[in-house]
Amino acid sequence: MALEGRIVSRRLPKGGRLIDRSRPLGFSFNGKEMRGYAGDTLASALLAKGQVLVGRSFKYHRPRGVVTSGSEEPNALVGLGRDGSFEPNVRATTTELFEGLEARSQNHWPSLEYDVGAISSMLSRFLPSGFYYKTFLWPRAFWKHVYEPAIRLSAGLGRPPRRRDADHYEHFNVTVDVLVIGGGISGISAASAAAETGADVLLVEQASTWGGRAPIDGVRIDGLGAEEWTGSTLKSLQSLPNVRMRTRTSGVGIHDHGYVLLHERLTDHAPDHSVPRHRLWKVRAGQIVAATGAIERPLSFPGNDRPGCMLASAVRDYVVNYGVAPGERTVIVTNNDDAYRTALTLREAGLGVPAILDARQEATGPLATAARDAGLTVRPGCGIVDIVGRDRVERVQVCSQDGDGEVIDEIHADCVAMSGGWSPAAHLWCHAGGKLSWNDEAAHFAPDPARPPTGADGVAMMQAAGSATGAMHAGAVLESAHAAGVAAGQALGNGRGRKHGRVPEGEDEAHHPMEPVWLVPARAPYAKRAKSWLDFQNDVKVSDIELAAREGYESVEHVKRYTTLGMATDQGKLSNINGLAILSRELGVPIEEVGTTTFRPPYVPVTMGAIAGEARGELFQPVRKTPIHEWHDANGAHWEPVGHWRRPYAYTRHGESVHDAVAREVLATRSGVGLLDASTLGKLVVKGPDAARFLDMLYTNMMSTLKPGKCRYGLMCSENGFLIDDGVVARLDDDTWLCHTTSGGADRIHASMEEWLQTEWWDWKAYVANVTEQFAQIGVAGPRARDVLNELGPSMDLGKEALPFMAWTDGALGNIPVRVFRISFSGELSFEIAAPAGQGRALWDRLFEAGKSFGITPYGTEALHVMRAEKGFIMIGDETDGTVIPQDLGLHWAISKGKDDFLGKRAQEREHMADPLRWRLVGLETLDGSVLPDGAYAADEGVNANGQRRTQGRVTSTYHSPTLGRGIAMGLVERGPDRMGEILEFSVIDGEPIRARIVSPVFHDPEGEKQNA
Amino acid sequence: MLILTCPYCGVRCDETELAPGGEAHLKRFGPGSSDEEFEDYLFMRANPNGVHFERWRHVYGCGKWFHAARNTVTLEVYGTYSAQVHAPPQEIRDAVSNRVPGWHWKDES
Repeated sequence: MALEGRIVSRRLPKGGRLIDRSRPLGFSFNGKEMRGYAGDTLASALLAKGQVLVGRSFKYHRPRGVVTSGSEEPNALVGLGRDGSFEPNVRATTTELFEGLEARSQNHWPSLEYDVGAISSMLSRFLPSGFYYKTFLWPRAFWKHVYEPAIRLSAGLGRPPRRRDADHYEHFNVTVDVLVIGGGISGISAASAAAETGADVLLVEQASTWGGRAPIDGVRIDGLGAEEWTGSTLKSLQSLPNVRMRTRTSGVGIHDHGYVLLHERLTDHAPDHSVPRHRLWKVRAGQIVAATGAIERPLSFPGNDRPGCMLASAVRDYVVNYGVAPGERTVIVTNNDDAYRTALTLREAGLGVPAILDARQEATGPLATAARDAGLTVRPGCGIVDIVGRDRVERVQVCSQDGDGEVIDEIHADCVAMSGGWSPAAHLWCHAGGKLSWNDEAAHFAPDPARPPTGADGVAMMQAAGSATGAMHAGAVLESAHAAGVAAGQALGNGRGRKHGRVPEGEDEAHHPMEPVWLVPARAPYAKRAKSWLDFQNDVKVSDIELAAREGYESVEHVKRYTTLGMATDQGKLSNINGLAILSRELGVPIEEVGTTTFRPPYVPVTMGAIAGEARGELFQPVRKTPIHEWHDANGAHWEPVGHWRRPYAYTRHGESVHDAVAREVLATRSGVGLLDASTLGKLVVKGPDAARFLDMLYTNMMSTLKPGKCRYGLMCSENGFLIDDGVVARLDDDTWLCHTTSGGADRIHASMEEWLQTEWWDWKAYVANVTEQFAQIGVAGPRARDVLNELGPSMDLGKEALPFMAWTDGALGNIPVRVFRISFSGELSFEIAAPAGQGRALWDRLFEAGKSFGITPYGTEALHVMRAEKGFIMIGDETDGTVIPQDLGLHWAISKGKDDFLGKRAQEREHMADPLRWRLVGLETLDGSVLPDGAYAADEGVNANGQRRTQGRVTSTYHSPTLGRGIAMGLVERGPDRMGEILEFSVIDGEPIRARIVSPVFHDPEGEKQNA
Repeated sequence: MLILTCPYCGVRCDETELAPGGEAHLKRFGPGSSDEEFEDYLFMRANPNGVHFERWRHVYGCGKWFHAARNTVTLEVYGTYSAQVHAPPQEIRDAVSNRVPGWHWKDES
């Protein structure tokens, strides 16, 4: 391979402030063993091995190299680790090297060097912005079979992990006075100032080391080098009881009222499964200081995406921090003075700097002078018109900045250090509503101190500090940081009137003004603009933004979605401002009017593990268990989730299928006796002098007339008229009612009762208690039900006259205090027995024992459903879906005509609710006895307004009835009850339609003789 | 994530302890009301950029419903108060007026 010959060590013989050359570490990249040093990032270790090509871009699969040295990296994304520790899309620039690290490059096939997908690069002319929207529209049928599968195959960058995450994670809840985000000299200075006011301070830094850029840039503070100053200031901070500090902790989101999410990475640099890998800090901060620094912008010149083109600051970082030379010969291209620091750094390290191309017509600042004094060639008014080289920079073609790209020189080089100026990292400032203002001189958006994010008191909850304010010189940076720290502390009432410490004095070189240069060369022709990258990961070029503008996109938010500018994993950290500038030029509107896209959390990616924290496995959603849960588990329960509950769907015996078990349970109950755990049923006690009046408002029928000792089936509607719950209500005494709700509805209905009582009828004397979990409830159903109960020596008369259908009584069964309701959801002679939850299991055991001689059979929810469907009883959630009114279900008898008002009454008077064409409940009987598919639609003649086939009904419940030996169903059908005997055709996916006759929904014992027995 | 003080139990509630209930001080229209009145009551809601009155429930706490006066833009909270009133009490109105000159409750001219 051609690449092999080029791989030479780029590690400089000396230098590297962060690496420890005495501690070499082994790692692998694409299976190849390599070595780096402790303190390296994966990116620096790869660059040290001459591994310039590290990935492929998303759209064109173009070769990509490391561009940055931080979290804004768009290109150097790798898959890290393996199996349960695998993580895709990890930035090599923020990944600290450790022994045994395994990394793989992404988005290529079959290999990084030879990628078939790169063909799309040659087709780039046909893949302009918005190509998804334009290309895949026609023919329609192609979407499902051709386009979608192809797009899915090539979509995404990394591959998702296949194994369960081997690590664990945790959350911290923290309250602090002042949170300082960013541990550069600004953050440290702000934290010191805030701590001096007496405030509790938390200082966090995303990197593993403190000090930020200042030590690299040769800043001096109070006469000390930045590194020395940082060390001694941190030492005194550490000694303060009111200061906490954390490295490897990123501020990811600022939310309302000082709520901040931090992402701490504890073991990424030294994997250890015995401790949490990441920690999500949920911080409530009184004041937040954003000392988040600034991010350098690339320059938009043709070929700027070639591996070897890097941010000037990153080139400097690799030399100073890691002793790594990104190139032997580096051309500098810039519109500002800061990049000269890179030239000087490279020179000092003995590396070649063949030219400094400065887009400005004049380059006479102190740094430029220093560069000239060091013997470097400065070429003002020059830029780059192309990069020659396939997988990396080989030659740089020089042009005049104000021209149209005529090549005036060609320079051999293997690296380009580019700088388009600096943008304050204002993302966090904007998350919770802070606004930015445009600074023309520095050509950047910076936090506007007059429009900060505000807290619960309506005043600023955040201060920007240092470079994040747009300050670019050490003196101004430290001044703003100190002021921010004092302001944050004082805003909380700390340290007022106290004398505040001295502002640290910073020194660095003065700068000559930068010049906003958004395109190199200024009059680059189309072919060149189509090679000038803005977003390296998503392959958005200058020409794409121009095209979007020509096609009429004016809003920056629309241009973003249309071109995908800034939608990559770096979220536009590099591309945003450059793209805005191009758009502004195309639209002829000043940048400040174009504005920025919305900055949203997270600022940097957060792992799903950190978000989940400990809420995984059994803790993700704790299961609600009835008092009889263990018995079910030990007796073959096939579980079904019902809300947070688990209920037995059926109890399978040895070798029996679930379907057969259901049929056995139904037949056993209908012919003998069945036992059901109904404990999940909602139980709400409503009590008080106005309870009757209250229930008359909640239920569609009359509850106030119910006599103590009796039960009544009731319906509840929303204020919009739709049926929301049903259940049996028992009147316990003059002013006490027990309302049964559906299993899933208990909490919802309880909340709704509270809401009406507290917010509408607050003068009514009625109280609600949810006693669902206080009672176990057991259904004993079937012709032998009474016999089973009588076996247990009841203290009360359970005979037909003493306890008729829809009555209840208190007493004892087998010495357990119980309340027995004669209610039935199966259509059989049925007793529902409530007992204190603690005695529920004992009651179940006794009933089961007593019923043995009658062949008592426990049945699950499916048998329950089959039996209620055989009886034509509706089920909330099957026959209702939030658009069904009781009248649709033939429940007119349960809607009071005599009441002036109840919830839903006014709504049900609306025209649409009384439409005779509404779909209404019927039974459906297939002609061939088969079971209709759930949800199947009955087709009708003609088409609707959307050109779709009209429908006239749908199946809402459908079962095989073991009692009848055939399929039965309920459904909602247009004018259904008026069409008895008609035959409908129900559509089936991939099959012949099924014909079914409209019949009464009551299939079993229509006279109710059994339940009344 | 908002912090609202429950006027009943006095707890400064994290938003995760609360359930939102939409616009406050709606008047219920039942049988006998016109279609327009009923539609307004059921569906039409204010969605202001600025001062707003909302219903909240301290659901993972004392369980009480209460009202909050706050600003949807600046996130300033002017106060929380009983759910059992038909309009914001005078001290809440004053708190808003003090911070938002020219603001007045809809029933006042």
